[in-house]
Amino acid sequence: MVSFLSHLFNGISLGSVYAIIALGYSMVYGIAKMLNFAHGDVIMVGAYVCFSALQYWHLPPIVGVLISIVLCTVLGMLIERLAYKPLRQSTSLAVLITAIGVSYLLQNLALLIWGANNKVFTSIVPFDALRLFGGELVISGESIATVVCGVAIMIGLNAFVRRTKMGKSMRAVSEDKNAAELMGINVNRTISMTFAIGSALAAVAGVLLCSTYPTLTPTTGSMPGIKAFTAAVFGGIGSIPGAMLGGVLLGVIEILGKAYISTELGDALVFAVLIIVLLFKPSGLLGKPVREKV
Amino acid sequence: MKKLLALVLALAMTLGMASAVADGIKIATIGPLTGPYAIYGQNVANALLIAAEEVNALGGVQFEVLEAQDDQGDPTLAVNAYNALMDQGLQMLAGTVTSGACIAVGAEAFNDRVFCLTPSASNDLVTADKDNMFQICFTDSNQGRASAQYIATYGLATKVGVIYNNAIDYSMGIRNTFVAEAAELGLEVVAEATFSDDNAPDFSVQVDAMKQAGAELVFLPIYYTPAANILARAKAVEYAPIFFGVDGMDGILTMEGFDTSLAEGVMLLTPFSADSTEPRTAAFVAKYQELYNDIPNQFAADAYDAVYVLADLCTKAGVTAEDSYDAICEKLIAAITAEDFHYDGITGDMQWATDGTVNKLPQAVTIVDGAYKLN
Repeated sequence: MVSFLSHLFNGISLGSVYAIIALGYSMVYGIAKMLNFAHGDVIMVGAYVCFSALQYWHLPPIVGVLISIVLCTVLGMLIERLAYKPLRQSTSLAVLITAIGVSYLLQNLALLIWGANNKVFTSIVPFDALRLFGGELVISGESIATVVCGVAIMIGLNAFVRRTKMGKSMRAVSEDKNAAELMGINVNRTISMTFAIGSALAAVAGVLLCSTYPTLTPTTGSMPGIKAFTAAVFGGIGSIPGAMLGGVLLGVIEILGKAYISTELGDALVFAVLIIVLLFKPSGLLGKPVREKV
Repeated sequence: MKKLLALVLALAMTLGMASAVADGIKIATIGPLTGPYAIYGQNVANALLIAAEEVNALGGVQFEVLEAQDDQGDPTLAVNAYNALMDQGLQMLAGTVTSGACIAVGAEAFNDRVFCLTPSASNDLVTADKDNMFQICFTDSNQGRASAQYIATYGLATKVGVIYNNAIDYSMGIRNTFVAEAAELGLEVVAEATFSDDNAPDFSVQVDAMKQAGAELVFLPIYYTPAANILARAKAVEYAPIFFGVDGMDGILTMEGFDTSLAEGVMLLTPFSADSTEPRTAAFVAKYQELYNDIPNQFAADAYDAVYVLADLCTKAGVTAEDSYDAICEKLIAAITAEDFHYDGITGDMQWATDGTVNKLPQAVTIVDGAYKLN
């Protein structure tokens, strides 16, 4: 029982990281109608920047996180401006291939800047582990921080999309880009803003991911990125609560699958679930009922 | 003008030829210089240069070290790298660094008749059925066996767990002989957990399995990248068994940003400790630090020994730079398997069997205050 709870909580913690990354995928897809496969690598950049701030410049962790968020935001907007904006009228295949190209570019730039040797990220979570059942069940501080951040980000983002003017224009662009433009909404700025928010979230996800799982390499973001994409599709791409739900469920399935079925099949299970969901509910768990796509 | 150009070109070519003749026996290594195992390849490549320079300075056998080739630990890239080196006139190979690549390159080198002395490719298949392939390091089966013997001899634990990567030959090979030998020696393997990707971040399930089973010692026949994640996870859930690694664990302390307190008390089977006071080791470590601003690991030490072994063999067999690589191969095989040939290097006093495996004493170190301490 204790070990089940332990696995469950690990799953929720891993899932929360997937969820934060999935939010970025989902928002960009909802608004720009493109799959930004470089999203996972922005996570990696975020983690490297925070690592450098702590390791080389000896800044306090909170400053490191802020620098990482700012740089990733700028990076996200820059990628959008240079790589995706010129292709706005092209086929979706062209954009997809460009995104994959950007992904490789970021990985190799990281290899160039930070070198081939793996780095070890020092956790920035200041509080201790939680001990339950007389020390039998230990929930790490990083896990708690990840879950709390995940929930806070989802609530914040939902409020932003529903309550603010920028959020309103995002919803408008996601429903009909041309009509939104006719209504006087600056579509380019809205899309740029979406990338900015998505990339800022990626920085947070990178720091949380590497606080829990410390090894940092230029490919750190790839697998979590792909799984988060799966989570976004699983939950219903374009939907904010869907991304959150999909992420958490995927994390739990992965960990429980590893624990009770087979450690090797953890990843396979994740993708098997995706296939099953797509067969029976092609729009994802929350894709249909929530029509608005942001 | 054209004539002048032709003259200059002809002169340049003659000079080029002249310098090629004057150079020594062409050796090189192939290894991961980038990617997750980069630290191994870089250590081997650096140590190779240091040792070759020392050997050349002695005035006897002269080596020309060709530029180390990057294979990222990948067999296909390694074979490409091998072909590139052969095109440059390679005469003997001090490689490759990792096992999978070495098995692939070994097959080519066996057909071509190129003598290979690998510093660090430890899989049993590296030397199997190849009379031209020799190892400086222990084979995996010997590492697994030696680890179990070490644990039993020093009474480190009776309940042991194993976490290994079942997608790579290296990890599987050591795990198999470890478990077999542990059973012989009365060590109880209470839990085994696997993973299949060295870059997989999450080890919560595997570490929890060890904790639940009450393993007093966790044997980690894996590379240091996943090991770092396992140590971090164990600390997060306050599980503190003895962690016992093998040569793949070497390098964990040099990972940038690694909290060395995580590795406090970790033991590993390695023939080399950088803080040794043995004069040759100390001199090598000092030179390596001066040139590369880093502390060499076991792979560097193995490569350093490999060059000296090659030099010794070339002297004994009378090999010169003019010999063809296949002629060299036969001479060196005869020399290295000779009954009386042994080499006392910085990784131990080594002798070779005809199957290519090395015979030397196993040693273990404990990590104390972020440094190796020879037990």
